[in-house]
Amino acid sequence: MLSPAFLSKLRSLLPPHCVLNEREDLLPFESDGLAAYRNTPDVVVLPENETQVAAILKLCHASKVAVVARGAGTGLAAGALPVDGAVLLVLAKLNRIKAIDPLARTAVVEPGVRNLAISEAVAEHGLYYAPDPSSQIACSIGGNVAENSGGVHCLKYGLTVHNILALRAWTIDGQLLEIGNESLDAPGYDFLALLTGSEGMLAVITEVTVKLLPRPQRAQVVLAAFDDVAKAGAAVGNIIAAGVVPAGLEMMDRLAIQAAEAFVHAGYPLAEALLLCEVDGVNEEVSADIYTVRQVLEASGAIEVRTAESEEQRLRFWAGRKAAFPAVGRLSPDYYCMDGTIPRAQLPHVLKRISEMSAECGLAVANVFHAGDGNLHPLILFDANTPGELAKAEDFGGRILELCVEVGGTITGEHGVGLEKIKQMCTQFATPELTRFHDVKAAFDPDKLLNPGKAVPELHRCAEWGAMHVHGGQLPHPELPRF
Amino acid sequence: MLDTLIGRIRAAHDSRTPLIIEGGGSKTFYGNPDEGEVLSTRKFTGVIDYQPKELVLTARAGTPLAEIETLLAEQNQMLAFEPPHFGGPATLGGSIAAGLSGPRRPYAGAARDFVLGVRMIDGTGQPLRFGGQVIKNVAGYDVSRLMAGALGTLGLITEVSLKVLPTPAAETTLQFEFDEATAIHNMNLWAGQPLPLSATSWHAGLLTVRLSGAASAVQAAQAKLGGETVKDAAAFWQRLRDQTTPFFDTRSSSSNQSLWRLAVKPTAPPLTVSNRLGGDAQWIEWGGAVRWLVSDRPAATLREAARAAGGHATLFRGDTPADGVFSPLAPALLTLHRNLKQRFDPRGIFNHGRLYREF
Repeated sequence: MLSPAFLSKLRSLLPPHCVLNEREDLLPFESDGLAAYRNTPDVVVLPENETQVAAILKLCHASKVAVVARGAGTGLAAGALPVDGAVLLVLAKLNRIKAIDPLARTAVVEPGVRNLAISEAVAEHGLYYAPDPSSQIACSIGGNVAENSGGVHCLKYGLTVHNILALRAWTIDGQLLEIGNESLDAPGYDFLALLTGSEGMLAVITEVTVKLLPRPQRAQVVLAAFDDVAKAGAAVGNIIAAGVVPAGLEMMDRLAIQAAEAFVHAGYPLAEALLLCEVDGVNEEVSADIYTVRQVLEASGAIEVRTAESEEQRLRFWAGRKAAFPAVGRLSPDYYCMDGTIPRAQLPHVLKRISEMSAECGLAVANVFHAGDGNLHPLILFDANTPGELAKAEDFGGRILELCVEVGGTITGEHGVGLEKIKQMCTQFATPELTRFHDVKAAFDPDKLLNPGKAVPELHRCAEWGAMHVHGGQLPHPELPRF
Repeated sequence: MLDTLIGRIRAAHDSRTPLIIEGGGSKTFYGNPDEGEVLSTRKFTGVIDYQPKELVLTARAGTPLAEIETLLAEQNQMLAFEPPHFGGPATLGGSIAAGLSGPRRPYAGAARDFVLGVRMIDGTGQPLRFGGQVIKNVAGYDVSRLMAGALGTLGLITEVSLKVLPTPAAETTLQFEFDEATAIHNMNLWAGQPLPLSATSWHAGLLTVRLSGAASAVQAAQAKLGGETVKDAAAFWQRLRDQTTPFFDTRSSSSNQSLWRLAVKPTAPPLTVSNRLGGDAQWIEWGGAVRWLVSDRPAATLREAARAAGGHATLFRGDTPADGVFSPLAPALLTLHRNLKQRFDPRGIFNHGRLYREF
């Protein structure tokens, strides 16, 4: 609990409407996009400018009160889950687009600006902001930086880290960090990269300079159906080996196809696997690439290949994929979305193992896959009202992530670790690396006040959780005491 | 070999012996002068894994860039950040540690953008592994990208995994006679249009532009832009990348001239600080974002010019100024640099002072 004295100091820093601590005002902030994790915050502050953010941080630092930063609350890993005794710092009101420079192709925005709002604001100049997470209507750029968000187009256009140029950020003791500048690089360590994806653990961002790209002249999508998941997986590698870098390359398995078809009637053929391959760029480039992609897909054993002949048809092809999550949601009261990344060559093996695990635990799973960059989103179907099913789904999800690590991948491609995957961090990293992560944290925030308990597990917790998967007869943290 | 490196680092840690990490020695001129025993990666070579279909290559730090580029070319793939070789036997580890990129950088990305993972040894001799071989990975802090451009001050990179890209099917280079202001404007204007730009340069009244992509796309862009086609363009871009044209050779100048790299906002108007006696003083690349100056002006003047133009100035070749080759850091950032250095290399054995004299 926060002391009345602290709360009164906090109120003195902000206008009355910017501090919430009545229960009914706090409830909307009890979870982020991962609603299975809930905790009512002690107090929510919604600063309206950078000066207020700095003042809040200074007060919290002086009072040794923890701070959890939150953007639009669309995160999927409980990264913005309130922490007991902490201030929930909501940056949604910092939502101004401060400058657009069409010739230099940059925009300077506050963290609460929505991802899609940037592209909308610069559309008149023929420009856009490339990273496009599925939540782009709602998610904000500050959260995108915190999570290093990707999207459907990141094989070609990169993640958030590749599309930002500068940050204004504040350390927990209220010092301003000006990271990056208006050129393409900065002297010293690459703090732009270090802060991107740091999940609110190192600093609080109050301004982001993003890079803008010219809108592609043309985008066209090819849909291919396969009677075998392994063939579809191989086709992905073949497209890339043929020298095409698709703007988007998505795969769905049978259950995901069925769910999407039943929901939006996109006209998908019924198959074991479906690939959507979009190419974009200048007109002539797209024509050349579409030709290559069609040839490769046919040579890879596709049972049907269709090219969208109009923009309307292109959007229809995409409609099923974009609605895949809600479509799967119609099949089951609840679903749990995982986010592992694997080397693409491992896809057939991983899908086979997931299907075996699904049979073992009795929970169905639909697979949606950013195939181009190896980012797998298995959707585990369960019913939270059935006692024990959530725990079963979480356990199944955890095992999928461990499988991703086993085949040389990672437990999170784009959603972040947050609180959700903190146990699996013990599987992916050994003690020396986890120690260095704590060192990085300590370099910025020695008192561990920013988003405590998230993203990087305490070493003793790894031992307690028993997240100890034996590889070659050796425990990953042999030096730690067992409990 | 890895054990040998670990052993040497542990011994240096124990005895507080400063080490200078060296790969091919092609970039020894870069950074502040430092002193210590040379720790060479030259024998730690070899491509460990290369999967063209995954667009990922993993190699040991001492592997020559040329070897990697040849291997990639056999599969019609490339290192899209076009790392400079500077006319020497540049290695993969050195390229990533220096974090420098070539002409394609503004259009394809920098060295750090292509780093997927590293193996390294920290200043206590502890081997560490960050990132991996997959394109998307947000587990833990991005220590692998932090190593790019850290000039070896946080640890010895022993292995790097990089994203690679297909080589464009066709490339054409065009040249235009433009004054500096017009060239800067056009480089930015064209970068905002759907054109397959892959490199830009302006020097001595000539704007040079490379187009890359499908042959039909390159032809269409050429028809739109006009200009004269440059013969032997590959050699032109390679000389610019490696700075083997006479412009970059400050030793050829009789007076006390240095080569400065001013990183600025790409649209920044022509700078007025340059001066080279008897020659052209400036070479612009990266769509206007880098202005190479050969100048005898004081560091403070050039740093202020770069700052006013939205960026920073680095003494690239020449006598080290009193405040070091890189633009000094703001106090809050310097503190964080020292904190990180202290954690990764507590006894300060790696490349002490190479990046900043304070650590």
